[in-house]
Amino acid sequence: MSTAAAVAARAPQSRGVRASLSRNRRWALITSYVFLVIFAIFFLIPPYYMVVTALKSDAEVAHMATNPWIVADGFTLDQFKILLTQTDFLIFFKNTIIVTVSVVAITMVVSVLAAFSLGRMKFWGSSILATGIFLTYLVPDTLLFIPLFQIVKAVGLLNSYWGMILVYPTLTVPFCTWIMIGYFQSIPKELDEAALIDGAGHMQMLTKIFIPVALPGIIAAMIFAFTVSWAAFVYPMAFLYSADQQVLTVGTVTSLIRGDVYKWGMLMAGALVAAAPPLVIYAFLMDYYIAGLTAGATKG
Amino acid sequence: MRRRSTIAFLMCLPLIVIITSLVLYPACYSIYLSMLNKSQTRFIGLGNFSFLLSRDVFWMVMEQTAIFALSAVFFKAMIGLITAHLINNLPVKGQRKWRGMLLVPWVIPLALSSLGWWWLFDPTHSAFNYILSSLGFEEVPWLSSPYWARFSVILVNVWYGAPFFLIMYLAALKSVPEQLYEAASIDGASAWQKFVHITLPMMRNIIAITVLFSLIVTFANFDIVQIMTAGGPRNMTHVFATYSFMLGIRSGDLPLGAATSLFMFPILAFAAIFILRGVRKRGREIG
Repeated sequence: MSTAAAVAARAPQSRGVRASLSRNRRWALITSYVFLVIFAIFFLIPPYYMVVTALKSDAEVAHMATNPWIVADGFTLDQFKILLTQTDFLIFFKNTIIVTVSVVAITMVVSVLAAFSLGRMKFWGSSILATGIFLTYLVPDTLLFIPLFQIVKAVGLLNSYWGMILVYPTLTVPFCTWIMIGYFQSIPKELDEAALIDGAGHMQMLTKIFIPVALPGIIAAMIFAFTVSWAAFVYPMAFLYSADQQVLTVGTVTSLIRGDVYKWGMLMAGALVAAAPPLVIYAFLMDYYIAGLTAGATKG
Repeated sequence: MRRRSTIAFLMCLPLIVIITSLVLYPACYSIYLSMLNKSQTRFIGLGNFSFLLSRDVFWMVMEQTAIFALSAVFFKAMIGLITAHLINNLPVKGQRKWRGMLLVPWVIPLALSSLGWWWLFDPTHSAFNYILSSLGFEEVPWLSSPYWARFSVILVNVWYGAPFFLIMYLAALKSVPEQLYEAASIDGASAWQKFVHITLPMMRNIIAITVLFSLIVTFANFDIVQIMTAGGPRNMTHVFATYSFMLGIRSGDLPLGAATSLFMFPILAFAAIFILRGVRKRGREIG
Protein backbone atom coordinates (compact mmCIF):
# COMPACT_ATOMS: atom_id res chain seq x y z
CA MET A 1 0.00 0.00 0.00
CA SER A 2 0.98 3.58 -0.28
CA THR A 3 3.37 5.20 2.11
CA ALA A 4 1.29 8.24 2.81
CA ALA A 5 -1.74 6.17 3.82
CA ALA A 6 0.36 3.91 6.02
CA VAL A 7 1.93 6.87 7.77
CA ALA A 8 -1.43 8.57 8.16
CA ALA A 9 -2.79 5.48 9.85
CA ARG A 10 0.14 5.13 12.21
CA ALA A 11 0.60 8.71 13.34
CA PRO A 12 -2.78 9.99 14.46
CA GLN A 13 -1.41 12.97 16.41
CA SER A 14 -3.85 15.52 15.10
CA ARG A 15 -6.79 15.59 12.81
CA GLY A 16 -5.34 18.49 10.79
CA VAL A 17 -2.24 16.55 9.79
CA ARG A 18 -4.29 13.56 8.80
CA ALA A 19 -6.70 15.59 6.72
CA SER A 20 -3.92 17.35 4.85
CA LEU A 21 -2.14 14.04 4.24
CA SER A 22 -5.23 12.47 2.78
CA ARG A 23 -5.86 15.55 0.69
CA ASN A 24 -2.28 15.31 -0.65
CA ARG A 25 -2.83 11.66 -1.20
CA ARG A 26 -5.97 12.30 -3.24
CA TRP A 27 -4.21 14.86 -5.39
CA ALA A 28 -1.33 12.46 -5.98
CA LEU A 29 -3.81 9.82 -7.04
CA ILE A 30 -5.65 12.13 -9.43
CA THR A 31 -2.39 13.31 -11.05
CA SER A 32 -1.29 9.69 -11.39
CA TYR A 33 -4.49 8.79 -13.18
CA VAL A 34 -4.30 11.80 -15.50
CA PHE A 35 -0.74 10.98 -16.60
CA LEU A 36 -1.47 7.26 -16.85
CA VAL A 37 -4.36 8.00 -19.20
CA ILE A 38 -2.02 10.10 -21.38
CA PHE A 39 0.55 7.29 -21.52
CA ALA A 40 -2.15 4.70 -22.15
CA ILE A 41 -3.38 6.70 -25.13
CA PHE A 42 0.17 6.85 -26.51
CA PHE A 43 0.66 3.10 -26.00
CA LEU A 44 -2.70 2.07 -27.43
CA ILE A 45 -2.99 4.40 -30.45
CA PRO A 46 -1.43 1.98 -32.98
CA PRO A 47 -3.44 -1.11 -32.01
CA TYR A 48 -6.62 1.00 -31.86
CA TYR A 49 -5.99 2.49 -35.28
CA MET A 50 -5.20 -0.95 -36.71
CA VAL A 51 -8.54 -2.26 -35.49
CA VAL A 52 -10.44 0.75 -36.85
CA THR A 53 -8.79 0.45 -40.28
CA ALA A 54 -9.41 -3.28 -40.49
CA LEU A 55 -13.13 -2.73 -39.94
CA LYS A 56 -13.51 -0.18 -42.75
CA SER A 57 -14.40 -0.72 -46.38
CA ASP A 58 -11.72 -0.13 -49.02
CA ALA A 59 -13.64 2.86 -50.31
CA GLU A 60 -13.66 4.58 -46.94
CA VAL A 61 -9.91 3.99 -46.44
CA ALA A 62 -9.02 5.28 -49.89
CA HIS A 63 -11.22 8.36 -50.14
CA MET A 64 -10.23 10.06 -46.92
CA ALA A 65 -13.57 11.87 -46.88
CA THR A 66 -14.27 11.09 -43.24
CA ASN A 67 -12.41 11.18 -39.94
CA PRO A 68 -9.82 8.37 -40.15
CA TRP A 69 -9.98 7.68 -36.40
CA ILE A 70 -13.51 6.29 -36.48
CA VAL A 71 -15.46 3.91 -38.69
CA ALA A 72 -17.86 6.32 -40.38
CA ASP A 73 -19.35 4.33 -43.27
CA GLY A 74 -20.42 1.26 -41.37
CA PHE A 75 -18.47 -1.72 -40.03
CA THR A 76 -17.54 -4.50 -42.38
CA LEU A 77 -15.65 -7.77 -42.05
CA ASP A 78 -14.83 -7.79 -45.78
CA GLN A 79 -11.14 -7.17 -45.14
CA PHE A 80 -10.89 -10.34 -43.08
CA LYS A 81 -12.83 -12.28 -45.72
CA ILE A 82 -10.49 -11.10 -48.51
CA LEU A 83 -7.49 -11.83 -46.32
CA LEU A 84 -8.52 -15.42 -45.65
CA THR A 85 -9.82 -16.29 -49.10
CA GLN A 86 -7.78 -14.36 -51.66
CA THR A 87 -4.29 -14.27 -50.18
CA ASP A 88 -1.62 -16.69 -48.94
CA PHE A 89 -2.30 -15.62 -45.37
CA LEU A 90 -3.53 -19.04 -44.24
CA ILE A 91 -0.37 -20.66 -45.62
CA PHE A 92 1.74 -18.22 -43.59
CA PHE A 93 -0.36 -19.03 -40.56
CA LYS A 94 0.07 -22.77 -40.99
CA ASN A 95 3.84 -22.42 -41.53
CA THR A 96 4.16 -20.23 -38.44
CA ILE A 97 2.29 -22.75 -36.32
CA ILE A 98 4.51 -25.61 -37.51
CA VAL A 99 7.67 -23.60 -36.89
CA THR A 100 6.58 -22.25 -33.50
CA VAL A 101 5.32 -25.56 -32.11
CA SER A 102 8.50 -27.36 -33.20
CA VAL A 103 10.77 -24.65 -31.82
CA VAL A 104 8.94 -24.56 -28.48
CA ALA A 105 9.18 -28.36 -28.20
CA ILE A 106 12.90 -28.45 -29.09
CA THR A 107 13.63 -25.52 -26.78
CA MET A 108 11.88 -27.04 -23.79
CA VAL A 109 13.54 -30.44 -24.10
CA VAL A 110 17.00 -28.97 -24.61
CA SER A 111 16.78 -26.30 -21.92
CA VAL A 112 15.05 -28.34 -19.23
CA LEU A 113 17.67 -31.10 -19.55
CA ALA A 114 20.54 -28.62 -19.57
CA ALA A 115 19.13 -26.51 -16.74
CA PHE A 116 18.59 -29.60 -14.57
CA SER A 117 22.15 -30.64 -15.14
CA LEU A 118 23.64 -27.17 -14.66
CA GLY A 119 21.47 -26.15 -11.76
CA ARG A 120 21.73 -29.37 -9.81
CA MET A 121 24.37 -31.81 -10.84
CA LYS A 122 27.48 -29.69 -11.48
CA PHE A 123 30.29 -31.13 -13.54
CA TRP A 124 33.68 -29.92 -14.64
CA GLY A 125 33.21 -26.60 -16.38
CA SER A 126 29.49 -26.32 -15.60
CA SER A 127 29.66 -22.84 -14.08
CA ILE A 128 31.64 -21.55 -17.08
CA LEU A 129 29.00 -23.09 -19.31
CA ALA A 130 26.20 -21.36 -17.38
CA THR A 131 27.93 -17.99 -17.86
CA GLY A 132 28.49 -18.81 -21.53
CA ILE A 133 24.77 -19.50 -21.96
CA PHE A 134 23.93 -16.10 -20.56
CA LEU A 135 26.40 -14.45 -22.92
CA THR A 136 24.97 -16.25 -25.97
CA TYR A 137 21.56 -14.93 -24.97
CA LEU A 138 22.99 -11.45 -25.44
CA VAL A 139 24.23 -12.15 -29.00
CA PRO A 140 21.61 -10.53 -31.26
CA ASP A 141 20.20 -12.23 -34.36
CA THR A 142 21.32 -9.31 -36.51
CA LEU A 143 24.94 -10.22 -35.76
CA LEU A 144 24.44 -13.84 -36.82
CA PHE A 145 22.10 -13.77 -39.79
CA ILE A 146 24.81 -13.40 -42.43
CA PRO A 147 27.00 -16.33 -41.35
CA LEU A 148 23.82 -18.33 -40.66
CA PHE A 149 22.71 -17.59 -44.22
CA GLN A 150 25.76 -19.51 -45.44
CA ILE A 151 25.12 -22.35 -42.99
CA VAL A 152 21.43 -22.66 -43.82
CA LYS A 153 22.34 -22.61 -47.49
CA ALA A 154 25.01 -25.27 -46.98
CA VAL A 155 22.53 -27.67 -45.35
CA GLY A 156 20.06 -27.03 -48.16
CA LEU A 157 17.37 -25.35 -46.06
CA LEU A 158 17.42 -21.92 -47.69
CA ASN A 159 13.88 -20.85 -48.52
CA SER A 160 12.34 -23.59 -46.38
CA TYR A 161 10.58 -23.13 -43.08
CA TRP A 162 12.53 -26.12 -41.77
CA GLY A 163 15.51 -23.79 -41.82
CA MET A 164 13.64 -21.61 -39.31
CA ILE A 165 13.19 -24.61 -37.01
CA LEU A 166 16.95 -25.05 -37.23
CA VAL A 167 17.94 -21.46 -36.41
CA TYR A 168 15.19 -20.14 -34.08
CA PRO A 169 16.45 -22.20 -31.10
CA THR A 170 19.46 -19.84 -31.01
CA LEU A 171 16.97 -17.15 -29.99
CA THR A 172 15.11 -19.20 -27.39
CA VAL A 173 17.36 -21.88 -25.85
CA PRO A 174 19.89 -19.65 -24.01
CA PHE A 175 17.29 -17.54 -22.21
CA CYS A 176 15.00 -20.46 -21.37
CA THR A 177 17.93 -22.45 -19.98
CA TRP A 178 19.04 -19.46 -17.96
CA ILE A 179 15.69 -18.92 -16.27
CA MET A 180 15.15 -22.66 -15.75
CA ILE A 181 18.52 -22.90 -13.94
CA GLY A 182 17.19 -20.27 -11.55
CA TYR A 183 13.92 -22.11 -10.97
CA PHE A 184 15.62 -25.47 -10.43
CA GLN A 185 18.14 -23.98 -8.02
CA SER A 186 15.33 -22.61 -5.89
CA ILE A 187 14.00 -26.12 -5.22
CA PRO A 188 15.18 -27.33 -1.79
CA LYS A 189 18.02 -29.87 -1.85
CA GLU A 190 16.17 -32.08 0.66
CA LEU A 191 13.71 -33.06 -2.05
CA ASP A 192 16.28 -34.71 -4.30
CA GLU A 193 18.03 -36.34 -1.35
CA ALA A 194 14.74 -37.90 -0.33
CA ALA A 195 14.21 -39.07 -3.90
CA LEU A 196 17.71 -40.56 -4.07
CA ILE A 197 17.12 -42.47 -0.81
CA ASP A 198 13.92 -43.85 -2.30
CA GLY A 199 16.02 -45.11 -5.20
CA ALA A 200 14.94 -42.73 -7.93
CA GLY A 201 17.21 -42.28 -10.93
CA HIS A 202 18.15 -38.90 -12.36
CA MET A 203 15.48 -39.05 -15.03
CA GLN A 204 12.79 -40.01 -12.51
CA MET A 205 13.94 -37.21 -10.26
CA LEU A 206 13.59 -34.75 -13.14
CA THR A 207 10.16 -35.90 -14.32
CA LYS A 208 8.62 -36.71 -10.93
CA ILE A 209 9.98 -33.86 -8.83
CA PHE A 210 11.68 -31.06 -10.72
CA ILE A 211 9.30 -30.57 -13.60
CA PRO A 212 6.12 -30.57 -11.47
CA VAL A 213 7.63 -28.31 -8.79
CA ALA A 214 9.12 -25.87 -11.31
CA LEU A 215 6.01 -25.84 -13.50
CA PRO A 216 5.47 -22.07 -13.23
CA GLY A 217 9.01 -21.57 -14.52
CA ILE A 218 8.44 -24.04 -17.32
CA ILE A 219 5.26 -22.24 -18.38
CA ALA A 220 7.07 -18.90 -18.29
CA ALA A 221 9.88 -20.32 -20.44
CA MET A 222 7.38 -21.84 -22.88
CA ILE A 223 5.58 -18.52 -23.27
CA PHE A 224 8.90 -16.82 -23.92
CA ALA A 225 9.88 -19.39 -26.55
CA PHE A 226 6.46 -19.11 -28.15
CA THR A 227 6.39 -15.32 -28.39
CA VAL A 228 9.96 -15.11 -29.66
CA SER A 229 9.42 -17.69 -32.42
CA TRP A 230 6.09 -16.19 -33.37
CA ALA A 231 7.53 -12.68 -33.69
CA ALA A 232 10.91 -13.55 -35.25
CA PHE A 233 11.58 -11.36 -38.26
CA VAL A 234 15.26 -11.14 -39.20
CA TYR A 235 15.82 -14.80 -40.03
CA PRO A 236 12.71 -15.35 -42.18
CA MET A 237 13.36 -12.01 -43.87
CA ALA A 238 16.85 -13.15 -44.81
CA PHE A 239 16.29 -16.86 -45.48
CA LEU A 240 12.78 -17.22 -46.93
CA TYR A 241 11.54 -15.76 -50.19
CA SER A 242 8.71 -17.79 -51.64
CA ALA A 243 5.15 -17.46 -50.38
CA ASP A 244 4.54 -21.15 -49.71
CA GLN A 245 7.41 -21.22 -47.18
CA GLN A 246 6.82 -17.81 -45.62
CA VAL A 247 5.88 -17.13 -42.00
CA LEU A 248 3.36 -14.59 -40.70
CA THR A 249 5.55 -11.65 -39.74
CA VAL A 250 7.43 -11.40 -43.03
CA GLY A 251 4.50 -12.63 -45.12
CA THR A 252 2.25 -9.90 -43.80
CA VAL A 253 4.67 -7.05 -44.36
CA THR A 254 5.98 -8.22 -47.75
CA SER A 255 3.74 -10.63 -49.66
CA LEU A 256 0.43 -8.95 -48.85
CA ILE A 257 1.76 -5.73 -50.36
CA ARG A 258 1.32 -6.02 -54.11
CA GLY A 259 1.83 -3.19 -56.53
CA ASP A 260 1.71 0.47 -55.66
CA VAL A 261 -1.75 0.56 -54.14
CA TYR A 262 -1.56 -0.66 -50.57
CA LYS A 263 -4.71 -2.40 -49.40
CA TRP A 264 -4.39 -0.97 -45.92
CA GLY A 265 -7.64 -2.41 -44.62
CA MET A 266 -6.57 -5.93 -45.47
CA LEU A 267 -2.99 -5.34 -44.28
CA MET A 268 -4.26 -4.21 -40.90
CA ALA A 269 -6.64 -7.16 -40.71
CA GLY A 270 -3.66 -9.44 -41.42
CA ALA A 271 -1.49 -7.77 -38.81
CA LEU A 272 -4.24 -8.12 -36.22
CA VAL A 273 -4.92 -11.79 -36.90
CA ALA A 274 -1.17 -12.47 -36.90
CA ALA A 275 -0.74 -10.66 -33.57
CA ALA A 276 -3.74 -12.37 -31.98
CA PRO A 277 -2.12 -15.58 -30.64
CA PRO A 278 0.55 -13.81 -28.54
CA LEU A 279 -2.07 -11.32 -27.33
CA VAL A 280 -4.47 -14.08 -26.30
CA ILE A 281 -1.72 -15.94 -24.42
CA TYR A 282 -0.74 -12.70 -22.75
CA ALA A 283 -4.34 -11.97 -21.75
CA PHE A 284 -4.77 -15.33 -20.08
CA LEU A 285 -1.29 -15.96 -18.69
CA MET A 286 -0.12 -12.43 -17.90
CA ASP A 287 1.59 -13.36 -14.64
CA TYR A 288 3.67 -16.12 -16.22
CA TYR A 289 4.49 -13.83 -19.12
CA ILE A 290 5.77 -11.15 -16.77
CA ALA A 291 7.62 -13.67 -14.60
CA GLY A 292 9.52 -14.81 -17.68
CA LEU A 293 10.28 -11.23 -18.65
CA THR A 294 11.72 -10.16 -15.32
CA ALA A 295 13.51 -13.44 -14.56
CA GLY A 296 16.29 -12.60 -17.01
CA ALA A 297 17.73 -9.93 -14.79
CA THR A 298 18.15 -12.15 -11.76
CA LYS A 299 20.08 -15.30 -11.23
CA GLY A 300 17.88 -17.50 -9.11
CA MET B 1 30.31 -39.84 -8.75
CA ARG B 2 32.00 -40.11 -12.08
CA ARG B 3 28.88 -41.66 -13.60
CA ARG B 4 26.85 -38.77 -12.24
CA SER B 5 28.94 -36.14 -13.93
CA THR B 6 28.87 -38.08 -17.20
CA ILE B 7 25.07 -38.07 -17.10
CA ALA B 8 25.12 -34.36 -16.28
CA PHE B 9 27.34 -33.69 -19.26
CA LEU B 10 25.15 -35.77 -21.56
CA MET B 11 22.10 -33.77 -20.49
CA CYS B 12 23.89 -30.58 -21.52
CA LEU B 13 25.05 -32.02 -24.81
CA PRO B 14 22.08 -30.89 -26.98
CA LEU B 15 22.53 -27.37 -25.64
CA ILE B 16 26.27 -27.44 -26.25
CA VAL B 17 25.73 -28.69 -29.80
CA ILE B 18 23.21 -25.92 -30.57
CA ILE B 19 25.32 -23.15 -29.07
CA THR B 20 28.55 -24.29 -30.67
CA SER B 21 27.19 -24.97 -34.13
CA LEU B 22 24.66 -22.14 -34.41
CA VAL B 23 26.13 -19.33 -32.30
CA LEU B 24 29.86 -19.79 -31.67
CA TYR B 25 30.75 -21.24 -35.05
CA PRO B 26 28.76 -18.62 -37.04
CA ALA B 27 30.28 -15.85 -34.91
CA CYS B 28 33.80 -17.02 -35.71
CA TYR B 29 32.88 -17.81 -39.30
CA SER B 30 31.55 -14.28 -39.63
CA ILE B 31 35.01 -12.91 -38.86
CA TYR B 32 36.55 -15.12 -41.53
CA LEU B 33 33.76 -14.31 -44.00
CA SER B 34 34.28 -10.58 -43.51
CA MET B 35 37.84 -10.95 -44.84
CA LEU B 36 36.84 -12.39 -48.20
CA ASN B 37 36.03 -10.61 -51.44
CA LYS B 38 32.48 -10.41 -52.75
CA SER B 39 32.51 -13.73 -54.62
CA GLN B 40 34.23 -15.34 -51.60
CA THR B 41 37.12 -16.56 -53.69
CA ARG B 42 39.96 -14.43 -52.38
CA PHE B 43 41.23 -13.47 -48.94
CA ILE B 44 41.50 -9.70 -48.69
CA GLY B 45 42.33 -9.21 -45.01
CA LEU B 46 40.80 -6.07 -43.61
CA GLY B 47 39.85 -4.78 -47.05
CA ASN B 48 36.11 -4.76 -46.36
CA PHE B 49 36.58 -2.88 -43.11
CA SER B 50 38.78 -0.22 -44.66
CA PHE B 51 36.37 0.07 -47.58
CA LEU B 52 33.48 0.69 -45.18
CA LEU B 53 35.43 3.21 -43.16
CA SER B 54 36.32 5.12 -46.32
CA ARG B 55 32.66 5.67 -47.20
CA ASP B 56 30.66 8.62 -45.93
CA VAL B 57 27.47 6.54 -45.92
CA PHE B 58 28.96 4.12 -43.43
CA TRP B 59 29.98 6.90 -41.07
CA MET B 60 26.45 8.20 -41.31
CA VAL B 61 25.12 4.73 -40.47
CA MET B 62 27.35 4.61 -37.40
CA GLU B 63 26.21 8.06 -36.35
CA GLN B 64 22.55 7.20 -36.89
CA THR B 65 22.86 3.88 -35.01
CA ALA B 66 24.33 5.76 -32.06
CA ILE B 67 21.65 8.46 -32.16
CA PHE B 68 18.91 5.86 -32.58
CA ALA B 69 20.06 3.60 -29.76
CA LEU B 70 21.11 6.22 -27.22
CA SER B 71 18.10 8.48 -27.57
CA ALA B 72 15.63 5.59 -27.75
CA VAL B 73 17.09 3.93 -24.64
CA PHE B 74 17.08 7.23 -22.78
CA PHE B 75 13.41 7.92 -23.47
CA LYS B 76 12.40 4.31 -22.87
CA ALA B 77 14.12 4.42 -19.50
CA MET B 78 12.50 7.73 -18.56
CA ILE B 79 9.00 6.73 -19.64
CA GLY B 80 9.41 3.35 -17.97
CA LEU B 81 10.49 4.95 -14.72
CA ILE B 82 7.67 7.50 -14.74
CA THR B 83 4.92 5.01 -15.61
CA ALA B 84 6.22 2.50 -13.06
CA HIS B 85 5.99 5.18 -10.37
CA LEU B 86 2.54 6.24 -11.46
CA ILE B 87 1.26 2.67 -11.33
CA ASN B 88 2.93 2.08 -8.00
CA ASN B 89 1.04 5.10 -6.62
CA LEU B 90 -2.32 3.51 -7.39
CA PRO B 91 -4.31 1.33 -5.02
CA VAL B 92 -3.08 -2.28 -5.37
CA LYS B 93 -6.36 -3.47 -6.87
CA GLY B 94 -6.10 -1.22 -9.91
CA GLN B 95 -2.41 -1.80 -10.60
CA ARG B 96 -2.86 -5.07 -12.45
CA LYS B 97 -5.28 -3.59 -14.96
CA TRP B 98 -3.01 -0.66 -15.80
CA ARG B 99 0.07 -2.81 -16.00
CA GLY B 100 -1.76 -5.17 -18.32
CA MET B 101 -2.86 -2.34 -20.57
CA LEU B 102 0.49 -0.56 -20.78
CA LEU B 103 2.40 -3.74 -21.66
CA VAL B 104 0.43 -4.28 -24.88
CA PRO B 105 3.05 -2.64 -27.20
CA TRP B 106 5.61 -5.15 -25.98
CA VAL B 107 3.32 -8.11 -26.66
CA ILE B 108 2.41 -7.33 -30.29
CA PRO B 109 5.13 -8.73 -32.57
CA LEU B 110 7.26 -5.71 -33.50
CA ALA B 111 7.09 -6.36 -37.25
CA LEU B 112 3.29 -6.14 -37.15
CA SER B 113 3.05 -3.05 -34.98
CA SER B 114 5.69 -1.37 -37.18
CA LEU B 115 3.32 -1.98 -40.06
CA GLY B 116 0.58 -0.24 -38.08
CA TRP B 117 2.87 2.69 -37.38
CA TRP B 118 3.82 2.89 -41.04
CA TRP B 119 0.14 3.24 -41.85
CA LEU B 120 -0.23 5.94 -39.20
CA PHE B 121 2.65 7.79 -40.90
CA ASP B 122 1.41 7.18 -44.47
CA PRO B 123 2.21 10.28 -46.58
CA THR B 124 -1.27 10.78 -48.07
CA HIS B 125 -3.50 9.19 -45.43
CA SER B 126 -1.59 9.94 -42.21
CA ALA B 127 -4.06 9.92 -39.34
CA PHE B 128 -1.69 12.10 -37.31
CA ASN B 129 -1.67 14.71 -40.05
CA TYR B 130 -5.45 14.62 -40.05
CA ILE B 131 -5.40 15.73 -36.42
CA LEU B 132 -2.65 18.29 -37.03
CA SER B 133 -4.37 19.90 -39.99
CA SER B 134 -7.76 19.96 -38.32
CA LEU B 135 -6.08 21.83 -35.43
CA GLY B 136 -4.63 24.26 -37.95
CA PHE B 137 -1.02 23.01 -37.90
CA GLU B 138 1.14 22.14 -40.88
CA GLU B 139 1.29 18.51 -41.97
CA VAL B 140 4.43 16.62 -41.02
CA PRO B 141 6.37 14.52 -43.59
CA TRP B 142 6.81 11.68 -41.04
CA LEU B 143 8.78 9.28 -43.20
CA SER B 144 9.62 11.25 -46.32
CA SER B 145 11.85 13.95 -44.84
CA PRO B 146 15.13 12.46 -43.52
CA TYR B 147 15.13 14.12 -40.12
CA TRP B 148 11.46 13.45 -39.46
CA ALA B 149 12.04 9.85 -40.53
CA ARG B 150 14.83 9.58 -37.95
CA PHE B 151 12.48 10.96 -35.35
CA SER B 152 9.70 8.57 -36.37
CA VAL B 153 11.77 5.37 -36.13
CA ILE B 154 13.01 6.43 -32.70
CA LEU B 155 9.47 7.21 -31.60
CA VAL B 156 8.31 3.72 -32.59
CA ASN B 157 11.24 2.13 -30.79
CA VAL B 158 10.42 4.10 -27.63
CA TRP B 159 6.78 3.06 -27.92
CA TYR B 160 7.75 -0.58 -28.24
CA GLY B 161 10.47 -0.73 -25.57
CA ALA B 162 9.16 1.53 -22.79
CA PRO B 163 6.77 -1.16 -21.41
CA PHE B 164 9.73 -3.49 -20.83
CA PHE B 165 11.36 -0.86 -18.60
CA LEU B 166 8.01 -0.32 -16.90
CA ILE B 167 7.75 -3.99 -15.96
CA MET B 168 11.34 -4.24 -14.75
CA TYR B 169 11.09 -1.07 -12.66
CA LEU B 170 7.73 -1.99 -11.23
CA ALA B 171 9.14 -5.34 -10.07
CA ALA B 172 12.13 -3.53 -8.57
CA LEU B 173 9.94 -0.91 -6.85
CA LYS B 174 7.97 -3.67 -5.17
CA SER B 175 11.15 -5.12 -3.74
CA VAL B 176 12.13 -1.90 -1.89
CA PRO B 177 11.26 -2.46 1.79
CA GLU B 178 8.31 -0.30 2.85
CA GLN B 179 9.95 0.47 6.23
CA LEU B 180 12.58 2.62 4.51
CA TYR B 181 9.91 4.96 3.19
CA GLU B 182 8.09 5.01 6.52
CA ALA B 183 11.27 5.92 8.35
CA ALA B 184 11.97 8.67 5.82
CA SER B 185 8.43 10.04 6.20
CA ILE B 186 8.85 10.25 9.95
CA ASP B 187 12.08 12.17 9.38
CA GLY B 188 10.09 14.56 7.19
CA ALA B 189 11.55 13.63 3.81
CA SER B 190 9.77 14.94 0.72
CA ALA B 191 8.66 12.66 -2.10
CA TRP B 192 11.62 13.79 -4.22
CA GLN B 193 14.08 13.15 -1.38
CA LYS B 194 12.65 9.67 -0.90
CA PHE B 195 13.09 9.01 -4.60
CA VAL B 196 16.69 10.24 -4.70
CA HIS B 197 17.87 8.75 -1.42
CA ILE B 198 15.88 5.50 -1.22
CA THR B 199 14.35 4.44 -4.54
CA LEU B 200 17.27 5.22 -6.84
CA PRO B 201 20.00 3.61 -4.72
CA MET B 202 17.85 0.50 -4.14
CA MET B 203 17.08 0.19 -7.85
CA ARG B 204 20.50 1.17 -9.17
CA ASN B 205 21.50 -2.31 -10.15
CA ILE B 206 18.28 -3.25 -11.91
CA ILE B 207 18.25 0.08 -13.76
CA ALA B 208 21.80 -0.57 -14.96
CA ILE B 209 20.99 -4.10 -16.12
CA THR B 210 17.84 -3.00 -17.94
CA VAL B 211 19.54 -0.05 -19.63
CA LEU B 212 22.50 -2.13 -20.81
CA PHE B 213 20.25 -4.93 -21.99
CA SER B 214 18.03 -2.51 -23.86
CA LEU B 215 21.13 -0.87 -25.34
CA ILE B 216 22.12 -4.21 -26.90
CA VAL B 217 18.66 -4.90 -28.26
CA THR B 218 18.25 -1.36 -29.58
CA PHE B 219 21.68 -1.22 -31.20
CA ALA B 220 20.83 -4.45 -32.98
CA ASN B 221 17.27 -3.46 -33.91
CA PHE B 222 16.17 -4.36 -37.40
CA ASP B 223 12.38 -4.62 -37.72
CA ILE B 224 11.33 -1.00 -37.30
CA VAL B 225 13.73 0.61 -39.76
CA GLN B 226 13.48 -2.21 -42.29
CA ILE B 227 9.69 -2.03 -42.41
CA MET B 228 9.06 1.70 -42.13
CA THR B 229 11.85 3.23 -44.21
CA ALA B 230 14.16 0.39 -45.38
CA GLY B 231 16.97 2.81 -44.57
CA GLY B 232 15.72 5.74 -46.64
CA PRO B 233 15.29 8.58 -47.36
CA ARG B 234 18.86 8.96 -48.71
CA ASN B 235 20.14 6.15 -46.39
CA MET B 236 19.66 8.46 -43.45
CA THR B 237 17.72 6.10 -41.20
CA HIS B 238 19.92 3.02 -41.75
CA VAL B 239 21.24 1.33 -38.64
CA PHE B 240 23.94 -1.39 -38.61
CA ALA B 241 21.41 -4.21 -38.91
CA THR B 242 19.48 -2.85 -41.88
CA TYR B 243 22.63 -1.64 -43.64
CA SER B 244 24.28 -5.04 -43.35
CA PHE B 245 21.04 -6.66 -44.55
CA MET B 246 21.04 -4.39 -47.59
CA LEU B 247 24.69 -5.05 -48.42
CA GLY B 248 24.77 -8.73 -47.47
CA ILE B 249 21.41 -10.15 -48.52
CA ARG B 250 19.87 -7.62 -50.93
CA SER B 251 23.06 -6.84 -52.88
CA GLY B 252 24.53 -10.30 -52.33
CA ASP B 253 27.86 -9.13 -50.88
CA LEU B 254 27.87 -11.40 -47.81
CA PRO B 255 31.45 -10.54 -46.73
CA LEU B 256 30.75 -6.81 -46.74
CA GLY B 257 27.49 -7.39 -44.84
CA ALA B 258 29.32 -9.53 -42.29
CA ALA B 259 31.95 -6.80 -41.86
CA THR B 260 29.20 -4.23 -41.28
CA SER B 261 27.43 -6.28 -38.63
CA LEU B 262 30.74 -7.00 -36.88
CA PHE B 263 31.03 -3.30 -36.10
CA MET B 264 28.28 -3.93 -33.56
CA PHE B 265 30.46 -6.38 -31.69
CA PRO B 266 32.63 -4.05 -29.54
CA ILE B 267 29.59 -2.15 -28.24
CA LEU B 268 27.70 -5.35 -27.51
CA ALA B 269 30.67 -7.00 -25.79
CA PHE B 270 31.16 -3.93 -23.63
CA ALA B 271 27.50 -3.91 -22.56
CA ALA B 272 27.46 -7.69 -22.06
CA ILE B 273 30.38 -7.63 -19.62
CA PHE B 274 28.70 -5.03 -17.45
CA ILE B 275 25.35 -6.83 -17.54
CA LEU B 276 27.02 -10.03 -16.41
CA ARG B 277 28.64 -8.20 -13.51
CA GLY B 278 25.33 -6.63 -12.55
CA VAL B 279 23.40 -9.90 -12.75
CA ARG B 280 25.97 -11.70 -10.60
CA LYS B 281 25.87 -8.94 -8.03
CA ARG B 282 22.09 -8.98 -7.97
CA GLY B 283 22.13 -12.76 -7.63
CA ARG B 284 24.28 -12.38 -4.51
CA GLU B 285 22.07 -9.61 -3.09
CA ILE B 286 18.97 -11.78 -3.40
CA GLY B 287 20.88 -14.73 -2.01
